[in-house]
This record gives sequence, structure tokens and C-alpha cells, in this order.
Amino acid sequence: MLAKRIIPCLDVRDGQVVKGVQFRNHEIVGDIVPLATRYAEEGADELVFYDITASADNRVVDKSWVSRVAEVINIPFAVAGGIQNVEQAREILAMGADKISVNSLALRRPELINELVDEFGQQCVVIGIDSFFNADTGRYEVYKFTGDESRTEKTTWETADWVNEVIARGAGEIVLNCMNQDGVRQGYDIAQLASIRQHCSVPLIASGGAGAEQHFIDVFQQANVDGALAASVFHKGIIPIPTLKATLRNENIAIRP
Amino acid sequence: MNLVIVNTRVANLASVDFAFRRLGVTPIISADSDVIKAASHVVLPGVGTASAAMRSLESLGLVSVLRELTQPVLGICLGMQMLTERSAEAGAGSAVATSETAGSVNCLGVIPGGIERMQAADGKPLPHMGWNRTEVSDHPLFEGLKQPWFYFVHSFAAPISEQTIASCEYTQEFSAAIAHNNFMGVQFHPERSGADGARVLKNFLEIKC
Repeated sequence: MLAKRIIPCLDVRDGQVVKGVQFRNHEIVGDIVPLATRYAEEGADELVFYDITASADNRVVDKSWVSRVAEVINIPFAVAGGIQNVEQAREILAMGADKISVNSLALRRPELINELVDEFGQQCVVIGIDSFFNADTGRYEVYKFTGDESRTEKTTWETADWVNEVIARGAGEIVLNCMNQDGVRQGYDIAQLASIRQHCSVPLIASGGAGAEQHFIDVFQQANVDGALAASVFHKGIIPIPTLKATLRNENIAIRP
Repeated sequence: MNLVIVNTRVANLASVDFAFRRLGVTPIISADSDVIKAASHVVLPGVGTASAAMRSLESLGLVSVLRELTQPVLGICLGMQMLTERSAEAGAGSAVATSETAGSVNCLGVIPGGIERMQAADGKPLPHMGWNRTEVSDHPLFEGLKQPWFYFVHSFAAPISEQTIASCEYTQEFSAAIAHNNFMGVQFHPERSGADGARVLKNFLEIKC
């Protein structure tokens, strides 16, 4: 019985955890290691760290915190942000990260996905996708460099096509962040996630919009995603992880105790 | 206690190293055959593809060294798969290779049986990624554990066989752990499997051959 995963996401900027609303106005939430430790102890199934400045700034950032996290926690974690090539990925994996996650830089150069898969195996390579629902056209559009509002840029990809492309290139998992929902806590984009789920042959993680326990129930029952990622509801203590997991178990959703 | 983690050059060693340190044991990370032979316990970690890992062991001159070990040896994930006779995971870019076109790669052959690609079923995604409840035997590796939850990440697996000491189900039943003589292998990642995983590592250190 494979468990559905509850995944706190920690946006990292300059070595601290931050949180913004719809990708803007970042406020400092706290230090990385104590937060990571707390989540692991509370029953988080996995952690994702997004270095949100890295891609947009196009700079090499200090990743020594990866090793400090790996030292103390006993659950898997992924690191995202600014990974441009095999060597940078190797460094992060060597520091103890279990997976690397690539977003904007795979859009700029899709071959990066193949290179990472060939070198480290499919299981290490997560692709993050920022998807925006354009109400005017009725289409889901892929955006890049969303870590910095001034550089955020719409790509020519429609979300479903980009999902197919990254799977064909060997991606091991997809985190689909629905930008319209991000940070506003009104629920996951069930319609979009359910639609993507139908032709996503690798694990699919929902991101953006969690605000209440019911949103997690909905996304697992209605979109059949493999994991649900959230940030502010966990950082602010709105939803304690042990309570959430008990609620999901009562709904007969497979959850690790 | 003289624990050596084999430095296969392709594996993520840090998380295994840290997991043993949390148990109060400081492992030696080495690819030196004399250091490995002198160990009380040997861990063979692994990430990546079987063919790349075997090439690495061959270039390090460790194939016969590992085969001849008589102390407790624990293979983790790909490390477990490398203890078997052969793996179907022959090519790079395993995601796009099909089992029909790929050949197989010879492994260390210290645990009977081979490794096969998991077959998609019930519309479930692959790789098998996440926490899964596992049925364990009374093998000393699982002392004190009952239906533990372990973290898995893999697309290839060992079928159920006489060597199976723990089993798990995802699209099919497969071996979550196998053992033969002093060689043990776990498909899951004990170093990333919370308290249950830490118990497996602790149990391993208490095994004497």
C-alpha cells in the first residue's frame, strides 16, 4: 500500500525559509534546519527546498545548507533552484539530497533533463512546472523564472505538452504548481491536476492552493495525485501535519502513520 | 565496530553516512580493497544505473573483493540489485530504454536471482516512489519491526524468491529485501525511512557472521 505523500515546501532565499503570496512579497519564516527537523518529526513524508532566487538571479548560490539538512533529517528531500548542469546536480546530491528538481532551466534547455537522467537515474530527477490558467484563452500556460516577478516570463508551452515532453525525456516525477492558486489557500486546482494526471505516467505532486484539510482530501480523492505539497499552512501552523494525516486516514486515504 | 561504506563513486554516500552517524557509529568511506576486507560490516550503497555501477566497481578493481567478503554486507537500493546475478537495467537513460531492447548486465552474483523492470499496471505511475508498508520476515535485519513503512524509489526490482526476506506490493509483489549467507540487500532506503529505517541499520550492525 503506497502512501500518499504530504510534502512541506520550504522556499529558501539567502539561506532562510521565506514565503510570498502568489510568488511576491517574500517574508522570512525561519531558519532551514530547525524547520526541516520539525517537519520530519511531525510526520512529513518528504521535503522540498526551492532556492527561489537562484534561477532568476543566474548566480551560483551557497548550498552548504543541503548538507546540514541531510545530516539531521531521516526522510527524503529534494532541492530545486538554479541547477544548470550535471556538475551542479552532482554537488547537491553528494551533499545528501535525494533528488534534484529543475524548472526554468529545463525550459531554457530541455536536453538538461536527459543529461541528468543519464547521469543520476530517473529516480533523482524531478521537474517543477509553473502553470498559469489564462482565463482569456482558456489554456494552461507554462511560465519560467517565477522566483523573481520582474523576470517572470510566459513560455510558448502549453502545460499538457510540456508534461509529455519532460516525461519523454526521462523525468522521474512532476511537481505541478498551479500559479493562480499559489499562496491564496483556496484549494488545489483539481480540474487541472485531474486532467494532467490522465496522461502523466510518473508520480505527480500537486502544488499551490492548500488552505484547509478538505483541500488535501479533495486533491487525493478527485485528482489522484501521489503527493500534495504545501507551504504556508504548515509554516504558519494553520494545519498541523499529525492532525492532517489523521483526517486523511479517516477518509480511507493511504497515509503513513 | 568497523563499518565501511564502499565508495562506488556513483552513489549518494552522504545520506547513508549521516544515518549511521545518527546511530553513533562513524563509518569509513573507502574504495580500498584492504580497508573493505578488514571491515566488520560493509555497506554497498547505490544510485544510478546497474551498468554504470558495475563499470565503476570493475574500474576500482572491487568485483572479486566484494564477492569474497565473509562479514555482514548490506546492499542498499541499487547496491542490493548489484548483489544479485544480473540486472535488466543495462543502458543509460533507463527511462526511455525498454526491457525488450535492453540487454542485461552481470552483477556480483552473491545472492541468487536477478533484477527485472517493474511492469506498469492499474494505471499506476512508475517509478515506484514513496513510502510503502512492507511485510517482513523474522530475519534479524527486521528485529523489532512489524509491518514497517519504508521509503522506496525504483523502477527495477527483485521478484519474490527463496531469498526474499521482506516483501512489498506496487503494481506487483516484489522483494523489499533479499539475503543469502552473509549478504543482505534492501530495495528501500533505510537511511531515509524514519525510525523504521534507522532500526534496520541498527539491526544490521548487530548481525555477526
